[in-house]
Amino acid sequence: MFKMLNPRRFYHAVGKQKFWEFIILAVFILFFYGPMLNMCMLAFANTYEVPAVLPQEWGLKWWKFVFEQDNLVSSIVQSFVVAIITTIASMLLCIPAAYSLARFKYPGRKVFMLSFLLTNAFPKLGIYTSIAILFYKYNLMGSLLGVVIIHMINSMMFMVWLPSSAFRSVHRQQEEAARDVGAGPIRTFFKVTLPMAMPGIAVATLYTFLGSMEEAQGTMLVGLARIKTMPVEMFGVIMDYPVQVGAVFAILLIIPAVVMIFAMRKYIGPEAIAGGFKMK
Amino acid sequence: MIECKGVNDMEEKILTNETVKSAAPDRVIKLQIKDMTKKYDNGDGVEHIDLDIYEGEIVTMLGPSGCGKSTILRTIGGFLDVTSGDIQIDGKSIVNLPPEKRPTAMVFQSYNLWPHMTVYENLAFGLKLRKTPKDEMDREIKRHLEMVGISGMETKYPSQLSGGQQQRVAIARSLLLKPSVLLLDEPFSALDAKIRQQMREEVKKIQSELGITIVFVTHDQEEAMALSHRIVVMNKGKFEQVGTPSEIYDNPASRYVASFIGEMNFIPQADGSTMAVRPEEVFLVKDGEACDMSGTIRTIMLLGHYVETNVQCGENVIKCYVQREDIEGVNVGDKVNLKFAKHHVF
Repeated sequence: MFKMLNPRRFYHAVGKQKFWEFIILAVFILFFYGPMLNMCMLAFANTYEVPAVLPQEWGLKWWKFVFEQDNLVSSIVQSFVVAIITTIASMLLCIPAAYSLARFKYPGRKVFMLSFLLTNAFPKLGIYTSIAILFYKYNLMGSLLGVVIIHMINSMMFMVWLPSSAFRSVHRQQEEAARDVGAGPIRTFFKVTLPMAMPGIAVATLYTFLGSMEEAQGTMLVGLARIKTMPVEMFGVIMDYPVQVGAVFAILLIIPAVVMIFAMRKYIGPEAIAGGFKMK
Repeated sequence: MIECKGVNDMEEKILTNETVKSAAPDRVIKLQIKDMTKKYDNGDGVEHIDLDIYEGEIVTMLGPSGCGKSTILRTIGGFLDVTSGDIQIDGKSIVNLPPEKRPTAMVFQSYNLWPHMTVYENLAFGLKLRKTPKDEMDREIKRHLEMVGISGMETKYPSQLSGGQQQRVAIARSLLLKPSVLLLDEPFSALDAKIRQQMREEVKKIQSELGITIVFVTHDQEEAMALSHRIVVMNKGKFEQVGTPSEIYDNPASRYVASFIGEMNFIPQADGSTMAVRPEEVFLVKDGEACDMSGTIRTIMLLGHYVETNVQCGENVIKCYVQREDIEGVNVGDKVNLKFAKHHVF
């Protein structure tokens, strides 16, 4: 068994191509999962000194510490509140827009679609600073609404593109068939079009929610340290507390993402995501 | 070429049907299109369409793609507005009604079913909107699935069915709502040739059982011949000819109709007109007998109980279907004389 782990034996056993594929995969896995593994390890380390590979003492000490800090717990709540409001608001705003882009032809359609890309093309910090000027004028600085607006701007591209392509994949005949058997336009939308577009909408909603959960820059700038979400707290945590608190916090940030991805695993895949970027 | 012969056989059957039908004096007009015009923004469309369709009739719109046949069907179904004119069902105008309010039911070429619903839910959708009681709904769905030959499929999803089965479900869904007129928009064109033939026969059977009025759209002349009581041959947004399959086959009104339906030899005449002869109307005759043309045999192909022969007559190649005994002893390269039994001049 251990004999086979000799690189030379392994090389000749599997052949040249497989060998290098294995090496590349191994390096990739280490690169990709190494930091995450390290983070998980740190979260369960009571004491850890830098040069060592493994912690000197294992335990849940820092978990207890995090949940005893009121400001950290309240930031978790704040994060969920912001993410839920952002998701619902951007669904209400973007899904009708996505439907109109998918179903109706009007001049400027494509430019409108591409304009969402623009907000992502500029350096975010620049946009936030110029937004801040407007927000001061309208008293939105440091308000929940201001932060939600910032989060919505970030999510708009996904929230319009993905559902729009999902709506486009519903064939007109399927809608017409519903009209034909007696459903009015509104019933047709809710009973046929929307359920059929649901996978795309679900993925977009997931992105919006997770994007909002992890947004830090804009929240910090516009929230003026009054709206403290988890990622905003994260900056403080890294400065003020031992490295283990950061690890615990990071895992807490991951949990909602993992839960949601698991719940929607049926809809998430390279195809669904790729489908969202088709421009027809 | 075999198809052509097949069409003839079927046509005869239809012909007898038709004579029985037209013997009945009370033919009620079910659907009436009056001077209907539908123009698209790009100028395409149909103009001044007049057509009466009688109760219990299958009328087929036949023509190449882009000839406007689907346009007419969609204006009847309510999926297109008419530019001018009127469409009436049972004497009542329907042009201002949305599709959901029209007494028509349509089966599309594809994507008829809703993939997120089971077959049962697909069928029940329209019945629920009509507040049909549950037990009646179950009974009706079962009966209609039986009628289209796919009983027991209630719990399946459309993606689990073959293309033919999906179209059967779509037909069942339309029939369930007891429409005044059933509209079929090339419903079989996405299916294999063999299944297409099966479906064709079944639609004909169901139609004669229910006595329902059907408007059928197809670009397949064989399908049109096999299925219809009357055919409307269309070209570039206009009616070329309206008639029974035998009328259209035997007496095509224009060169276009003659070339579109069945096989036809076109022979340019000295006066600039064109003579049109069906291959089965060309006979080989002996030397000395009166003949229309003569030429040399190019090919002889045995196609079952008859022989397809191509004869080179000057610049024209004449295709003829002859009986096997008539061509015995004749070889490729031989000189033959041809006589045309029935022909048309355009």
